[in-house]
This record gives sequence, C-alpha cells and structure tokens, in this order.
Amino acid sequence: MRARPRLADGTGPVLVVLLILLVGLAFAGPAYAEPGGYLALLKRAAPLVVLAVGQYFVIVSGGFDLSVGSLVTAEVVVAARLVNGDDANTGWVIALLLGCGILVGLVNGLITTKLLVPSFIVTLGMLLVLDGAVFLWSGGAPRGALSPSFRLIGRGSVDVPVLGQLPWSVIVLLVVVAAAVWFMRSGTGRTLLAVGDNENVVRLAGGRVDRLRLLAFVLSGLLASVAAILLAGFAGVSAQVGEGLEFRAITAVVLGGVLLGGGRGSVVAAAAGALSLEALFSLLNLLGVSGALESAVQGVIIIAAVAYAAHGAGLWRVLRPHRPVPDTA
Amino acid sequence: MNSRWSVVALVGAFAVAGCASDLPATPGPGGTSESAKAKSEFFDPAEFERQLRFRTAKATGLDSQDGTAKPWEQMLEPQLVDTAKYAKPGGGYHLCFSNASVDNPWRQVGFKTMKEEVKLHPEITKFTVLDAEAKDDKQISDIQSLASQGCHALIVSPNTTATLTPAVEAACATGVPVIVFDRGVKTGCPVTFIHPIGGFAFGADGAEFLKEKVQPGGKVLALRILPGVDVLEQRWAAANEIFSGSQVKVVGVEFTNGDAAKTKSIVNEYIQREGKIDGVWMDAGATAVAAVEAFQDAGAAIPPFVGEDQQDFLRMWADEKMTAVAPTYPTYQWRTPVIAALRVLGGKQVPKEWVLPQPKVTQDTLKDFIKQDMPPLHYAMCGCEGMPGYPAPWK
Repeated sequence: MRARPRLADGTGPVLVVLLILLVGLAFAGPAYAEPGGYLALLKRAAPLVVLAVGQYFVIVSGGFDLSVGSLVTAEVVVAARLVNGDDANTGWVIALLLGCGILVGLVNGLITTKLLVPSFIVTLGMLLVLDGAVFLWSGGAPRGALSPSFRLIGRGSVDVPVLGQLPWSVIVLLVVVAAAVWFMRSGTGRTLLAVGDNENVVRLAGGRVDRLRLLAFVLSGLLASVAAILLAGFAGVSAQVGEGLEFRAITAVVLGGVLLGGGRGSVVAAAAGALSLEALFSLLNLLGVSGALESAVQGVIIIAAVAYAAHGAGLWRVLRPHRPVPDTA
Repeated sequence: MNSRWSVVALVGAFAVAGCASDLPATPGPGGTSESAKAKSEFFDPAEFERQLRFRTAKATGLDSQDGTAKPWEQMLEPQLVDTAKYAKPGGGYHLCFSNASVDNPWRQVGFKTMKEEVKLHPEITKFTVLDAEAKDDKQISDIQSLASQGCHALIVSPNTTATLTPAVEAACATGVPVIVFDRGVKTGCPVTFIHPIGGFAFGADGAEFLKEKVQPGGKVLALRILPGVDVLEQRWAAANEIFSGSQVKVVGVEFTNGDAAKTKSIVNEYIQREGKIDGVWMDAGATAVAAVEAFQDAGAAIPPFVGEDQQDFLRMWADEKMTAVAPTYPTYQWRTPVIAALRVLGGKQVPKEWVLPQPKVTQDTLKDFIKQDMPPLHYAMCGCEGMPGYPAPWK
C-alpha cells in the first residue's frame, strides 16, 4: 500500500481552477474586493456544495444518485405545507425532513444492493416518483409558508469579528465538509473508496460492500435534506427549486476530478468543484454572458472533465492529430 | 463499473431528464435577443396601441347596467352577437369545462373561483371538468370526450393556441355553444372569447411605472420567466418598447424559470455587478418576493418594483413601505365564462370578443387588496371576496 499524499489524487487541478476563478472574480466585480463578496458567493454555493458532498459518497462507491434534485423539491414543498408560517413547527419539521432524506436514501440503497438494480435506474425512478408525488400532492402550486426561524439557517447570518456577518449556511457548509473529510479519512471512508475501485477485493477481504453502499445513499439523502433546508431558507417556497440540481451536483463532483464509476477522487475536490461551478456562473454573469449559456457550460465541463479523468495527463497525446502530410497541391 | 459506461449512462440521463422536466409552455424559437433595442417578433404595434387604449376606455356592463356591474361582468368596446339559436330555456343545464391545467397558483385560484361561481347558479345541475394536465394531446381528447357527454355548453381554456384550434372547431361543429377564455384559439367559431386586456397592457403598466419612478440614466433589471410563451413575450415586448423610448437603462434581461433561488442569485449578482439597481421589472410576480429579499440580504435599498397581485408580494410591499406597482392578469376572469354560458343558453347577447378590464394594484389601492388571512400565493384580484363560501375554498 502506497503512502497517501496530503492532497488526494485529482485535488490539485480543481483547486487551481477555483483559484483562477476567484482571482477572476476579484478583477471582474468590485464586490469581490472585500470578504463580503466571497461570503455571499459561499452562501449561494452552500446548498450545491452540500449536495455535491452527498453525491460524492455515492459516485465514489460506484453509483449515481439522480434523485437528489426532486428530493429537494419535495422537501421544500412539504416543509412549507407543514410549517404553515408558524415558528412553533420549525423544529419538528426540520427533524422530519432529515428523516425523510434518510428514508429515501435507505430505499435507494436497499433496492440497489438487495434487488441488484443499477443505482442509475433506481434513483432515476425515485426522481420520477418524487416528481409525480409532489405534483399530485400540491397540484403544481405549493401552499403554506415557511416560518422566519425555518428560513434563518439559509438566509440569516451571525456577527463574527473580522469577517463581519457570517451566514449560517456557510457555517453549515464548513461543518459538512469537515465531517466528510473526517469520515473519508476513517477506516469506513477508505473502504467506501475501495468498494468503488474493486468491490470483489473488498468482499474477499471481509468488507461489507452492501452496507457501505447503503451508507453512501443514506448520506446522500441526508445531505440532500440539508441542502433543501438551506435552499428553502435562502429563497423561500418554490416548486421548481430542485430542478436540475442532480446534474449540477454530478457536474461539480466530476469537475472535482472524481472518477465516475468510483474508486478515485477526494471529497475536498468535489466540494471545490461545486464552489468552482458556482464561481464560474457568477463570473460569467459579471462578464455579461447570458444565463442561458449555463447548461451548455455545464455540459462542456462534464464531457471535458470525464475525458480528462479517463486519460489523465495523457489526454493531449490522444487528442494530438497525426502530423499532417505536407500538402503540395 | 467501467467508467466509459458511466459516461454513456450520464448522457442517457440528460436525455431522459430533458423529457421528464419539459415545461408545459409552448416551446419558443429560442435564443431570444438579449438586446434591449431589438424589436421582438412578438411585438404587434396595432395590438399594442389597442391594449393601451383599452386601459383607459370606459367599460360597459351587461344589459347596459353601467354603474353597478362588477369587473367580471364588464366589457370593453363590445360587439354584441345574437345567441338566440343556442337558447334553451328552462334550466337544468349541464355545463362542461375543458381546463388546460391547474399546475400553477394562478390557475388554482382561478379554478376555485369558477367552481364557486357555478354554485351560485341553481340552474346549472351538472358541471363536468376535465383537466388536460398541460398536455395538448390530452386536451384534444378531453374535448372530444366532452362532445359525447351531452353538454349544454362547453367552456375551453386552451393549453396552446394553434394546436387546440382544430379540436375547438370540431366542438363548434357539434352545435354546442363553445366559450373560450384566457388563451385564445385561431378560429372565430366560439360564441365568445373572454380575456382581460392582455400582455401588452400588463407589460406596459409596469414599464411606465418604472419610467416615471426611476431617474434618467437609472439602471433597470428585467426578470422574465422563460422565452417563447406568447403571453409572456407580449409583456416583455411592451416593456421593451416603453423602456427604449425612455431615459432608463436596462442593464440586464434574465430568465429565472420561475425559480426563487435562481431569481435571488441573479438579483444578488446584478447588485454586485452594477453596484446599484434602480428598478426591477418582472413579467410575472411569482418570484417577486425572492427578488426583494435579494436587496434586503445585500443590505441595499429596495428600488421601485414591478410585481403582481399575489398576497406575499402585496404584504412585503406594505411591510417594507416599498415603491411598487402590481399589474394583474385578473383571476376573476374565471367567473365570466360561467356567466357567459348562462347568457348564451338564455338567448341573451354576448360580445364576440369579451375584453375584461385589467386593473393594477397601486400605492393607493394596496390596502384594499391585502388579505392577511389568505395564503401567500393567493391572487388578490380574484373577485371572490363577496362569494358565499369565501374564504374557505381558497385556503
């Protein structure tokens, strides 16, 4: 077994990309001349980073979780209806949402591991089921309202010396990332990575592959709930809140150099990928590039990052055209 | 799992998600010009002028009972048509309604109002509703199926204009009086087509307000839901026309997809990019509160705003003492088709094109429209406050 470097494989490039983007932001927008601008960026990015960390667990163990976007929508719509604008309901509704996230993760994980349905199909099915359920229940128009205390986590901030107003969502973000790093450095985290690399080896070595996979889905569901609480707090109730979030999270993870199919990549890189994606969109907006380009940019990133991950530094050799024959005509 | 297969799977997922999350709106030509100068293909100068004129025109009431008619019983420049051939005296009517969808708060408030309107008329003994769930093909078969259910009158709220036209023509051919409202169809066969003044007036109401409230050279951000939907394109086309003839500077035209989080991020980025935003124009108010919050969270003063008549925005407007206006696309128009159907079955005249007044909520009238006990997404201009069941069905 080789020694693990301090920065895991593939973390370097995305950190460089992130740094370039942050410097770019400082030049493009006056707001980024002081910490406040970056804190606003972190606040906007927090739900995506949390989602990307959840997605990372599933992807690195060799699966996909496509259900997170619709899970976010479902939870926001349900929260509004149950809280109904009353602060007294905040506590138990948050607990219920986290429970629902765990439950959805459990279902995804159990079907994947026990019924041996590919996670891609299971979570795609879950996406459609949740979408349909939300529509059936709400008729497309969410009802009720969130209470001020519910929205505090996603919207409010706390006074901190030096930095000034530190948004709660940034604190949640830091806690989630720190916990994820700690987890991935533990024995369980390392085995999870190994499952994505070669599950037979893990099984022969006595690892509980199914349990680890299940754990990855549960974590993804749980973190999707956290993201839902942050998003609902940030912007309020909407039936479109989770649309396309699953692909944003996957893009972020891939941008972080995490190998689709599992077995390689670091959680810090995945989080940095999410932050880079958000910074990139902010930069494009500051430069006056139309928001319509966002999905195109996202597509290009996925393809380029996956190609880079598949070939590594040897990519240029694959892409280099054969030396053209001098044309004499 | 082989990484190459994962890529294939991912591409497949994109395709599937693309299909699954299609918006119910008419797909647009895409790539709408972002330039504030370019005239939209949806801009129709004659119709623009007509709608602006309607805003100040005096509406007439039914059977010339001018002073007392409620807005949903009023009409602008009506050309009355005879309906004697449809007359079926005696009551016991079976009314049928093919609804495009109930998938947004506007349609939900409207549909509830319509159901209550039906309850007001004992002569309607049966009210059959089919919901097309925002699908053209379902609405076409809905209309066909209603044709064989013995309806005395058919009300249609079309999902899209062009695609539903043949279905409506076929329904007219069965001899049942057809009443179309909200979005129109490209045929003259319905007895009456009911709609408020329209998108140009809506867009102009907001743009004129900003033109007046924002100082020359002020920066206006325009937020739109999505491109290609004719009613929304008309609102923007009118606003664009008014902005281009004014001193205000449109610094951005962005699509929000009706998503509050996206709206908030966009507004936040524009505040950072421009330093100051002096006015916000919106083509629909669903995410207006999120846009206002973006100013609050950035610690910036809330500039003059264009919203809509949803309770959450109206309350914010009052609480924050904002400078704002709320053009409306009144939900009370859902009452009119029922009234029209009964008039037609009673052999009374109706206008061929029934244009309803389209009021806006202003600073002066704001307090009359705030209803603290109603849900945040309730539309104030529902004309439902005086109905017997109010407010329970709308909650």
